[in-house]
Amino acid sequence: MENRTELGMNRTGLQVSPVHMKKMVEVTELTQPSSDGDEAVANAMRATYIAEADPVGTMPPPATVKGAIKSGIKMMAGKRPQVFLDKLGERLAFERTGTRLYAALIAKCEAPHEGAAAVSLEQLRRFQQEEAEHFALVKESIEQLGGDPTTQTPCADVAGVESMGLMQVVTDPKTTINQSLHAILVAELADNAAWDELIVLARAMGHDEMAVRFEAASAHEMEHLETIRQWHQDATLQDAKAVSH
Amino acid sequence: MPNKLFTTRGTPLDKQRFTWRDLVQKPISKLDDDAFTRVMVILMNGVEAEAIRFQHSAARMNGKLQLALAQVRRKEQHQATMVNWLLGADHSTLETTIGYEQVAIEVTAAVAQTEPDPYLAQVYRFGLLEDFDHMYRYTALMDRLEGKDANNILQSYTDILPGRPTVDEHRDPIDDLRAPYDRTTAAPLSKLHALTIMAGEQQTHNFYMNVGPTYADPIARQLYAEIASIEEQHVTQYESIIDPNESWMEKWLLHEACEVYNYYGCVQQEKNPRIKAIWERFLDYELGHLNFVSDLFKEVERRDPAEVLPEMMPEPIKFESQREFVRQVLAEEVDLRADGPDFVVKKDEPAGSIAYRKQMNSEGSPSQIVAAGYRWAPGTELTLKVVNY
Repeated sequence: MENRTELGMNRTGLQVSPVHMKKMVEVTELTQPSSDGDEAVANAMRATYIAEADPVGTMPPPATVKGAIKSGIKMMAGKRPQVFLDKLGERLAFERTGTRLYAALIAKCEAPHEGAAAVSLEQLRRFQQEEAEHFALVKESIEQLGGDPTTQTPCADVAGVESMGLMQVVTDPKTTINQSLHAILVAELADNAAWDELIVLARAMGHDEMAVRFEAASAHEMEHLETIRQWHQDATLQDAKAVSH
Repeated sequence: MPNKLFTTRGTPLDKQRFTWRDLVQKPISKLDDDAFTRVMVILMNGVEAEAIRFQHSAARMNGKLQLALAQVRRKEQHQATMVNWLLGADHSTLETTIGYEQVAIEVTAAVAQTEPDPYLAQVYRFGLLEDFDHMYRYTALMDRLEGKDANNILQSYTDILPGRPTVDEHRDPIDDLRAPYDRTTAAPLSKLHALTIMAGEQQTHNFYMNVGPTYADPIARQLYAEIASIEEQHVTQYESIIDPNESWMEKWLLHEACEVYNYYGCVQQEKNPRIKAIWERFLDYELGHLNFVSDLFKEVERRDPAEVLPEMMPEPIKFESQREFVRQVLAEEVDLRADGPDFVVKKDEPAGSIAYRKQMNSEGSPSQIVAAGYRWAPGTELTLKVVNY
């Protein structure tokens, strides 16, 4: 695997072939659209679908009534605990996928590659372990509230769709370590914001103890974010031979 | 360079071996490989997919051939896999779609110019202008949905202009059926052309049917639904030009010859040495299949395969930009319509097709909506809209 950005025969740009370019640019003037308007025309049709769309899915009732009573659903009386459980489900799914994202990056870093990589495998493995621990923490929290941690909640489903491109980037053998770091950076940015929100939500729902445990997880995530951001920046500057001293 | 390749023995079936590692090789580069490498990859996947589907159909109708068909089909399966897996994962589905339409345009245009039968050449020109329009609609979708420029895939080889508007392509089934060539008098090249184009259209149809539901956006889902319907019409059109009186064995022999013919063309024109080596290997494999089926043909039909196969290999399909030809056909034939197997001017189009189309478009036309006022420009239409910052 090449781990640097090299010069080569990229053929996607218009200027690659002056002969074809001359003909291609005629297209704009030659076009007689078969219908009037612009991209907003499609929005009227989209609106009809949006208006009649079913939700992604729903939240199930608490798995065990006994567990729910014991646990603290009552602490949320008058509130909508399903929102809290949905967001917990989202975090659970994200942390589980995050564990796999780190596994994919570790596999890439362990493989032979050209160029120096500004990452520490030891730290990557620790981050992966922490993602797995966060998954376990959220699982336990859902159970504490009488929820079923094996449920794919609506927000968990949507977060899965969001992450699809990230996993594609990291698992593609042809992406560099630094390109993969960028994908993980996107994940960590989203993850950090999500933990912050989850802490606020836990407190607002009357679960301060849970919020305290989430703060510990959030501190790990902050370290992940700052480390990945720095590694990515260092690797980019190094590749550009523009390392500042 | 006509030659007697069809009589070469090729690689025997028992020497055609694969491993999973072999099947899944590194893909071509979306950015650095020539667009025609992708065109060849997509076309050959279509040709292989047609071989597999045909052989399954044949097995269902010919009990005694089932083992021979299964043996050859296993090879076709693994060839199809190796070829199709050459497409890299950084292609979005829409980018792959643009690649499919580039195949439809460039390959059909090349075939239309070398087809010896004037009626069949007309059929290809008719279909060409419809796929040409699909390119314009999908380009608009890609630009407006993903903010991407289709020319990154096309590499300036293929124009992005309206053709026969997709909204007008919906026809009564009777107007999709064409007159078949006569198996006893048609040039072998006509038969190879027909199988190639039918294969391409069939894989395009299958592809759109598979990927259409993967889109979230309703306009994308509708556009794939609409164009998949036209591709179904195209498969109907192209399979109807093939003589239905060919026997199962004759059709099998022609399918193998079609694969040989197309791999031969790829070997001649591929610029990427690694991919060229795959084409060479599979040309030898297909020659092995052709010989295997030729022996079977002699045994089953008591006929000489030379009655069906050309003595000399016809000139391969050219993998190069057909821009000027396409522009000429567009200028001259965009208003043609179909009346049964014949082509007529717009005002003479049969009422059945008009009524069918009116019904289908009565709640709006996705292809019109998606491309409302659309003009492709280098770097997407946003470059026309945002002039100063």
